[in-house]
Amino acid sequence: MVKEELSTENRPDNTAFTQQRLPAWQPILSAGIIIPGFVLIGLAFIGIGVALLVTSQSIQVMEIDYTGVDQGSPCFKCTDSTVSNCKCEIEFTIDKLFEGPVFFYYGLSNYFQNYRKYGASKDASQLSGDLDYFTSPATECDPYIKDNNDKPIVPCGSIANSMFNDSFVLSRLINGAKEVVPLDGKGISWWTDYNVKYRNPSITPLKNAFNGTVKPINWPRPAYELDTSDPANNGFINQDFLVWMRRAALPNFRKLYRRITEGNYADGLPAGDYSLEITYNYPVLSFDGRKKVVFSNVSWMGGKNEFLGIAYLVIGSLCVIMSIVMLIVYAKFKFPDED
Amino acid sequence: MTRESRDTEITKAAGAGATAAVRGRKKRKNKENKTRTVRANTLLNDHPNPHYANNKIKTTKYTLLSFLPKNLFEQFHRFANVYFVFIALLNFVPVVNAFQPELALAPVVFILSVTAIKDLWEDYRRHRSDTEINHMDCLVYSSMERRYVEKYWKEVQVGDFIRLRCNEILPADVLLLSSSDPDRLCHIETATLDGETNLKQRQVVRSFLDLDCEFDPFKYHSVIECEKPNNDLNRFRGYIVHRSGRRDVLCKENLLLRGCTIRNTEEAVGIVIYAGHETKAMLNNNGPRYKRSKLERQMNVDVFWCVIILLVICSFAAVGHGLWMFQYGDKRPVFDVLSPQGTNLSPIMSAIYLFLTLIIVFQVLIPISLFVSIEIVKICQVYLIHQDMDLYDEETDSHLQCRALNITEDLGQMQYIFSDKTGTLTENKMVFRRCTVAGVEYSHDANARRLAMYQEMDSEEEECMSHGGTLPRRESVTSHQSARVVLRSQSTKSHRRTGSRAEAKRASILSKHTAFSSPMEKDITPDPQLLYKVNECSSQMDFMRFHSQPMSQLSSDLSDIIDFFIALTICNTVVVSSPNQPRHKVRMRFELKSPVKTIEDFIKRFTPSRLTSGSNSSSSSSLITNRSSNKGCSSLLSSPSAESTLTKLHEEQSSHLEPTFSPVPPCYDGKASWNLEEGELRYEAESPDEAALVYAARAYKCSLVGRLPDQVTVELPHLGKLSFELLHTLGFDSTRKRMSVVVKHPLTDQITVYTKGADSVIMDLLKPLDTGKRQKKIICRTQNYLNLYAADGLRTLCIAKKILSKEEYACWLQCHLEAETAIQGREELLFQSALRLETNLQLLGATGVEDRLQDGVPETVAALRRAGLQIWVLTGDKQETAVNIAYACKLLDPEEEMLTLNADSQVSHVSLVCKSLGLSKKKQINSSSSLSSHNTSPFLVHRLGLVIDGRTLAYALDKTLEDKFLEVARSCRSVLCCRSTPLQKSMVVKLVRNKLKVMTLAIGDGANDVSMIQVADVGVGISGQEGMQAVMASDFALPRFRYLQKLLLVHGHWCYSRLANMILYFFYKNAMFVALLFWYQFYCGFSGSAMIDQWYLIFFNLMFSAFPQLVTGTLDKDVSAETLQRLPQLYVNGQNSEEYKPYMFWMNMIDAFYQSLVCFFIPYFAYADSDVDLFTWGTPITTLALFTILLHLGIETKTWTWMNWLSIIFSITLFFTVALCYNASCPTCFSPSNPYWTMQRQLQEPLFYLLCLITPVTALLPRYMPFRVLTRIILQHRGLRGVRASATGVQNVDIYNSQRAKFSEVKLKLGFFCLCSSFTLNNIGTNSHRGGVGTHTHTHAHTDSVHIRARAWRLE
Repeated sequence: MVKEELSTENRPDNTAFTQQRLPAWQPILSAGIIIPGFVLIGLAFIGIGVALLVTSQSIQVMEIDYTGVDQGSPCFKCTDSTVSNCKCEIEFTIDKLFEGPVFFYYGLSNYFQNYRKYGASKDASQLSGDLDYFTSPATECDPYIKDNNDKPIVPCGSIANSMFNDSFVLSRLINGAKEVVPLDGKGISWWTDYNVKYRNPSITPLKNAFNGTVKPINWPRPAYELDTSDPANNGFINQDFLVWMRRAALPNFRKLYRRITEGNYADGLPAGDYSLEITYNYPVLSFDGRKKVVFSNVSWMGGKNEFLGIAYLVIGSLCVIMSIVMLIVYAKFKFPDED
Repeated sequence: MTRESRDTEITKAAGAGATAAVRGRKKRKNKENKTRTVRANTLLNDHPNPHYANNKIKTTKYTLLSFLPKNLFEQFHRFANVYFVFIALLNFVPVVNAFQPELALAPVVFILSVTAIKDLWEDYRRHRSDTEINHMDCLVYSSMERRYVEKYWKEVQVGDFIRLRCNEILPADVLLLSSSDPDRLCHIETATLDGETNLKQRQVVRSFLDLDCEFDPFKYHSVIECEKPNNDLNRFRGYIVHRSGRRDVLCKENLLLRGCTIRNTEEAVGIVIYAGHETKAMLNNNGPRYKRSKLERQMNVDVFWCVIILLVICSFAAVGHGLWMFQYGDKRPVFDVLSPQGTNLSPIMSAIYLFLTLIIVFQVLIPISLFVSIEIVKICQVYLIHQDMDLYDEETDSHLQCRALNITEDLGQMQYIFSDKTGTLTENKMVFRRCTVAGVEYSHDANARRLAMYQEMDSEEEECMSHGGTLPRRESVTSHQSARVVLRSQSTKSHRRTGSRAEAKRASILSKHTAFSSPMEKDITPDPQLLYKVNECSSQMDFMRFHSQPMSQLSSDLSDIIDFFIALTICNTVVVSSPNQPRHKVRMRFELKSPVKTIEDFIKRFTPSRLTSGSNSSSSSSLITNRSSNKGCSSLLSSPSAESTLTKLHEEQSSHLEPTFSPVPPCYDGKASWNLEEGELRYEAESPDEAALVYAARAYKCSLVGRLPDQVTVELPHLGKLSFELLHTLGFDSTRKRMSVVVKHPLTDQITVYTKGADSVIMDLLKPLDTGKRQKKIICRTQNYLNLYAADGLRTLCIAKKILSKEEYACWLQCHLEAETAIQGREELLFQSALRLETNLQLLGATGVEDRLQDGVPETVAALRRAGLQIWVLTGDKQETAVNIAYACKLLDPEEEMLTLNADSQVSHVSLVCKSLGLSKKKQINSSSSLSSHNTSPFLVHRLGLVIDGRTLAYALDKTLEDKFLEVARSCRSVLCCRSTPLQKSMVVKLVRNKLKVMTLAIGDGANDVSMIQVADVGVGISGQEGMQAVMASDFALPRFRYLQKLLLVHGHWCYSRLANMILYFFYKNAMFVALLFWYQFYCGFSGSAMIDQWYLIFFNLMFSAFPQLVTGTLDKDVSAETLQRLPQLYVNGQNSEEYKPYMFWMNMIDAFYQSLVCFFIPYFAYADSDVDLFTWGTPITTLALFTILLHLGIETKTWTWMNWLSIIFSITLFFTVALCYNASCPTCFSPSNPYWTMQRQLQEPLFYLLCLITPVTALLPRYMPFRVLTRIILQHRGLRGVRASATGVQNVDIYNSQRAKFSEVKLKLGFFCLCSSFTLNNIGTNSHRGGVGTHTHTHAHTDSVHIRARAWRLE
């Protein structure tokens, strides 16, 4: 009886948590679990690796460097920066059908779009069509805010200013005649960029919105005249502009230029001779950069990339090898020779 | 940095606010003079004590206004906070900014606000308790109304008169001016102050002693001069200056301290001397202690390394950037950005700017959240330790208290334990065991049997309990009940054995407030022979008294016996209280008299010879003399009513006492009636020894029935109650080691001195040996028995007496009175006076009191031993007793050799030490020549014990000898320091701590252990019976010594390994994350660009990866509690800092770099030559890093509870939720990343999932899986075989069995040496082979290292 009256106000709670007796699972790395586990993981990885490699093998890629460093190169003449509106033409041959849809990229190397200050140099509000920022762009755009006459630059900033402005015309040579391959420039940018992130000011004609502003210094034409062929593809929602504005992660990158999805070429580029006419504007030699065009088709896992498949294979086989080693060691110790 | 400076810094930071107010006030006063003058507040016109603090207390640090600045100021004392704020502010500088400036503030603000909220909450709680205290009521004299009125505590001011009633709490430090107690005493209980449960007596100021009427504040015109407020509870000095110019000394006996409770006194009046924050209680209140643990010190070194790494990689990148800029020369690439002025920045300038930018970007390398996380984890750890049922003592309803919140992990790293003996290893329950009187030994066999029974009962009961405890949890309820049933049946079976633990518990509840009165201590079985003699003796005396024969006719043996018991009964300060009102002193006055104060008084009193009971007439006569002697004083008091009140009081008292005390010349029926109540009288003793002796005497029917300042009443068989006039009490002190009382013997009318003290001192004070043959024989025999008692581990006390002639007494009294009234050097004079009295004693006998070992002490000591802890016992007890206790608790082994260092001089000490050094070296060579590896460890374990006494210790602690002493001590398995003073204790601890650079733990229970507890790295107090001083000074307070085992072996181990792993993990995690960014610098022209979005960068540490590690850091158990207790060897892990060695930091760094390489380059190659954009590429990297980091933690987690799962799932969910919301929230914000819809797109990409699968596996696989598994497979068999080998060699077969059963749990891992050779199997073979043939110790060591997890591989 007295026992119940024991004062126990300080008595700790007797719960699993406070007594640190929570039911717990202790992962035990015993051979019986680990060795089969490793074999399974290894086999799975090898399977994935094979699948990836096969997929990657089926992807065709063709790269053509047109920087014109060599004197023999057709574009060598354009490397002189004094020449303006230089055009050069590169011919190439496709041996077998380049299966479609073919993606047409331009590639730059040694080009640091990920340079920190460069990356910050834009005005997101301006690009979303906010007219207030047309007249006074954000300071991030420094030093591409205003031109020498103190007029605001639209679109401001370094990224826009440095927009890639080479253009390409791809033709197929059929019996000496050129047949221009239709290039599809729609939908090459992110849907959200085109529809949400970048907006033109809701002023028609678009040109009026840009009153009192100047084009970026390096641009040949103002933003509202980027695509003369398609009035809807102008201003900030110009597809090429959008693609450019999405900064590349690494210094060697490619950006989607067009897709070949139309007409005779919907199934791909048939074998044959092709000619690529390049309007060579963009200077890269000052920083030892290279320019190229890339034709590629894509699979479910993106462009051609054998690395991942190989990685899976290597890791998978490593797992299997290790499990074998473990098995040997295990056997050796489980059933020792003596005693 | 030295430990001290850091400690003080912390304390400063912590206590700054709390004491700031007090300190400010103090400073102001230092300019004034050195004393405080207090005048009464009865003067109407103005307040006479204006400068002194009033009684309002405010312990809060902040006010509403000052909170923000003050709290921030305090937080910025922490260097890390300043650093992070600096980084955040750096972000506002446009040229170097890396993130959105506002965002960069987020983590700092978050962490500061978390701390601020915590502080605010604590402060609010303090505020609430302050208000509560400030609004308590008390009676304060109002000069306006001329009466006592109720006032709040906060309104009390210095100089106020306060009337205190029984059981009231004192609102301030009050000088006692009047008490309703006829002795002018006031009893207080100081439990809240020092935890001591016995009552203390306080005395009315001398000048007001003889005031007979009620104290009238209006007649008070004295001025009090006393010392400044200070925190010394045991000191108070001052004068009271009366209007007449008379000065009286004030001492601590006159002061009632705030927080104490008035007991046994109906009413008391006093004047407030110190109020509010200046009271001694408040000045003593220092709040919790702050210490830095060893682990944290180690961590700080690595934080420092992180800073270095940060600077190195920032400089590297800055140089890289400069070169990168330089290579372009004047040709500006199109992607270059000019400075705002449109000019080119020189490469050097941009490198410098970049350096700063990178410090911002890489800031996570210095883990901002680490400090907060550590605090959170420690709070949880403290909570869990608090909650442990195993550390809860039901008997006292107390559990472990962690008073220092931040050194839990130190518990896992202890190497030396310094333990007090009494009250720590032993119960401090003194039980009378045996005695010797007049050279005859009475062995008290029955008593010994009784005590043995207690032991038996305890163990039986424990068996029951443990049986119930091991049942599966599901059945715990029923099993508990059944255990109880068993218990009950047992206690009925052993009905007559009074004292199972359960009963002790019951008794302790009944007598909750009386210390030292458990049945074990109380119920002593008398020795029949001695009992017979006592009876015979007293009946003879009664006969003699009846026939008026002189008492000297009694045979000297018998008179010695009766004197012996009288001495036991009265030579103490035990207060008797009645059972019905525990705190009300039994009042039974036969006469009212004050202690002898003057010579005239003495002569007057001693001329009429009186027997037992005084009469009222004599008391009033003494009163008259008193009053006349104090005319100067009484004149200033109103006396007319004094007489009447006093007589009234007398009447009351006599009528009250009538039923019990009516037969004044005692007769037998009177005794019978008394006996009814006798059993229930309570003794309140200051020390357990005293209580034990009083209870022992009571067993022989010599019971103490009342104690008043001037009179002790003893009841003797046949003789009835005898009142001894108490002339003087010379209290016990540690230098004299004895106490004496001077009484007037009622039967012989002689002035007798009874002295009780340590045998060593008493023996020296005896009459010279040539006095008589009998005495010589007694002394000789007693000495023999004393040695015997000591050998049994009993505490011995000698009892002696001395008869003074009146002349001698008068002579001594004169000197003594002079000493008492002396103003300067009073203590010294009193000491001298006592010395003069205590000479030429006649030995009566000696007692042996047993101080029982606490439950489980030997087991605990053995376990701690096996855990590699060196245990030193530092005790003030004498050598023989200490040695015996040491044997009893298995500290010393009878089989091992014992070095005893007892030296009388420094020279002999030197030679002794050198000799023993040689001996220990020889032993060392003999026993373990094969053990070269062990010599490097600080523990040179030999089978040697060292015993050293206090005097020798003093020589040993000499600067020139301390190294040699340590060398000897180190080579011994156990060290026992006897007769050491508190100072020596702390010096020993300090010496070992500083010289051997080891972690020390001091454990003790009494005030004499405080200094030792404070010096040690971890101080543990036993919250036992000897007050709370040790607990107040300690970092951890335990109810019992045996809990130390679980505290250290289990909680210490866990706390240490959890925290060590968490810290390493933190370093790894941050380094791994930062390294990702660093690799990227090679691909972005070292421009400080980050592919990881700034939000992820900032919140990664703070949110996404924060919770799982907290859960793991709080709950993970590398080894289960049972195994840790069964295999104390596992503790070595923490002692050697196995979980966190300096190289492990670097291994972790390398691991982090490797993992980050994998996490960086797999996505790099996977996305090479694609049109991926910056943040689309960065998002999978962030995700991968998170997965890898969490998986890494998962591998590190040994036990997975649902909380671990939950936290990991929560983390991942949180990351994706935040990412998805963030990426869907604002298309134009968050420049420069604008991650709009990135995560959403990524989740649609198969490549993302493929990456998430392979990268964490690749990152973690080679590090963990194969090595661990390989070693595990190898060790499983090697380990088992090793254990088997050692098990056959040693007696530890059960270890082997348990090992096999528990095999899966104790993760057998071998030491580093074994791991290195895990691929070459031959090596392992040789290794274990060597282990097999090595010495016993080596086999042990080998087994240990099998158990101990080898961290080398794990590269946290």
